[in-house]
Amino acid sequence: MKIVVCVKQVPDTTEVRIDPATGTLIRDGVPSIINPDDRAALETALVLKDTTGATVAVLSMGPPQAEAVLREALAMGADEAILVSDRRFGGSDTWATSLTLASALRRLQADLVLCGRQAIDGDTAQVGPQVAEHLGLPLVSYVGSLRPEGDRHLIVKRMFEDGHHVLRVQMPCLLTILKDMNTPRYMSAPGIFEAFQRPITTWTLDDLDVDPSQIGLKGSPTRVKKSYTKGTKSAGKVYEVDPREGARIIVENLREKFII
Amino acid sequence: MDISSYKGVMVFAEQRAGVIQKVAFELLGIGRDIADRLEEPLVAVLMGSGLSPDCIQALIAEGADEVVVVDHPRLDLYRTGPCAQALTQVIGAVKPGIVLLGATAIGRELAPIVSARMRTGLTADCTSLEIEDGSRNLLMTRPAFGGNIMATIICPEHRPQMATVRPGVMRRKVSDPARPGAVRTLEIDLDGSEGPVEVLEVVSEKAALKNIEDATVLVAGGRGLGGFENFRRLEELAETFGGMVAASRAAVDEGWVAQDRQVGQTGKTVRPDLYLACGISGMIQHIAGMEESEFIVAVNTRADAPIFEYADLGIVTDANRLVPALIEELKAVKASR
Repeated sequence: MKIVVCVKQVPDTTEVRIDPATGTLIRDGVPSIINPDDRAALETALVLKDTTGATVAVLSMGPPQAEAVLREALAMGADEAILVSDRRFGGSDTWATSLTLASALRRLQADLVLCGRQAIDGDTAQVGPQVAEHLGLPLVSYVGSLRPEGDRHLIVKRMFEDGHHVLRVQMPCLLTILKDMNTPRYMSAPGIFEAFQRPITTWTLDDLDVDPSQIGLKGSPTRVKKSYTKGTKSAGKVYEVDPREGARIIVENLREKFII
Repeated sequence: MDISSYKGVMVFAEQRAGVIQKVAFELLGIGRDIADRLEEPLVAVLMGSGLSPDCIQALIAEGADEVVVVDHPRLDLYRTGPCAQALTQVIGAVKPGIVLLGATAIGRELAPIVSARMRTGLTADCTSLEIEDGSRNLLMTRPAFGGNIMATIICPEHRPQMATVRPGVMRRKVSDPARPGAVRTLEIDLDGSEGPVEVLEVVSEKAALKNIEDATVLVAGGRGLGGFENFRRLEELAETFGGMVAASRAAVDEGWVAQDRQVGQTGKTVRPDLYLACGISGMIQHIAGMEESEFIVAVNTRADAPIFEYADLGIVTDANRLVPALIEELKAVKASR
């Protein structure tokens, strides 16, 4: 079985700070990490490698420095790493991103494509399903667990807010993985050493069979019209009162705000 | 594409086991405003198997001018392939300018597939939807970077303009059973075969996907509560709100609650409509995880606790005594309705 895991390099949003004076985002010194849901997808693939002898390739689209997350994936146990990187991909929305990734995946010919459910910087959860759509692959999102059944099928738990479905999915297919599904392994020491010796394949637009008019900013149906920080808000009212009066004030405020 | 041939606002009325989800009515609320602004119709799409006339009537009563009904045995439960196929055909037949879906575990799968198939844009988890003067484009505003940035997105050259909205964000209209509305039944071509994805088992669970990041109300406790028993009382308060319990790192370190409830730098980043902090002093690491909450209420005995600088409403009092009083007050409010 050949598995390809799509990973995204994201800023650790829990480290992103707002400058209280200017109300703008402080990005300096914010570390980049493998998106948490993608990391769980990678762990899922590595477990399948351990148990079934599958091969695992990792695929990322991003600037050259996204190589760092691919090296980390290699150090965790991935067999192969591909970076799709080209200035012409810049400004892609999820439609154009998924089309680009789909063209790379077409070259890779995977039996199973795993994506994280969503990335912590954009939170859209759109790229995985849209890649599946571009490739015409069966899709299961919000996967909470999976196990192989024979060579061609997976038994998959698809989570909902109020329950789950157990599905039998025929490969090739694409699944999006929830980060709560597992605890990703650490990089191994020999793995880290080796990861820096191993080659990372880089593909540009010229290596992919994709219509240049459909990718990047001009291929993207959506545009960012404006973006802004919410800014810092001023402190609200504080009351020093007994608990009963405090409860009454809270209820009154929540009614005014239509929260209750 | 000729975008002028796409008219009206369409709301995907998500139903599960014959029950229309609350978010569908909330989408009708904002959809009604947008449709009135555009002077175009508001259409609800109801898909399923053996749908009841009551469901259809409820959608009209809360604002739909027309309900498009797709009733097919293959839509008896949520199946990705058939549902996406059906919704794509409905959009193709109705040609709406705008399509809104709830940002649920269903809507957040269906919307990207359908938008990719229709080669149009999609904006996830919008917190505000407005029509731009002049262009009459839909302005879709959403948070990114864990809520640190707001971005307004447009989809100027493709139709329909698609967006998802999280449950609890928009306000529903008052139901009017006398409101007139049309019903249109649409025949859909669906593959009858099982296909590559087969449903083996359907399991309902309370709170299967429950995650503090998705909760609209969080009642959070910190070290100031003083003990496990006091912390546990937050459960009842959270339940009264229909929310969940969250915690500061201190409370997690004390072992009062599991780590998946921790808010802050080493925990989760949340932005509920209401964040009620009880006995939390407000270390910067905690603030980082909750400051984007819509409305923050802090209860703490110490008037100089930093949490009050971030709170919209602060009460300097003993949280352990306020919690039961608040539960009582809330129950009284509910009973009076």
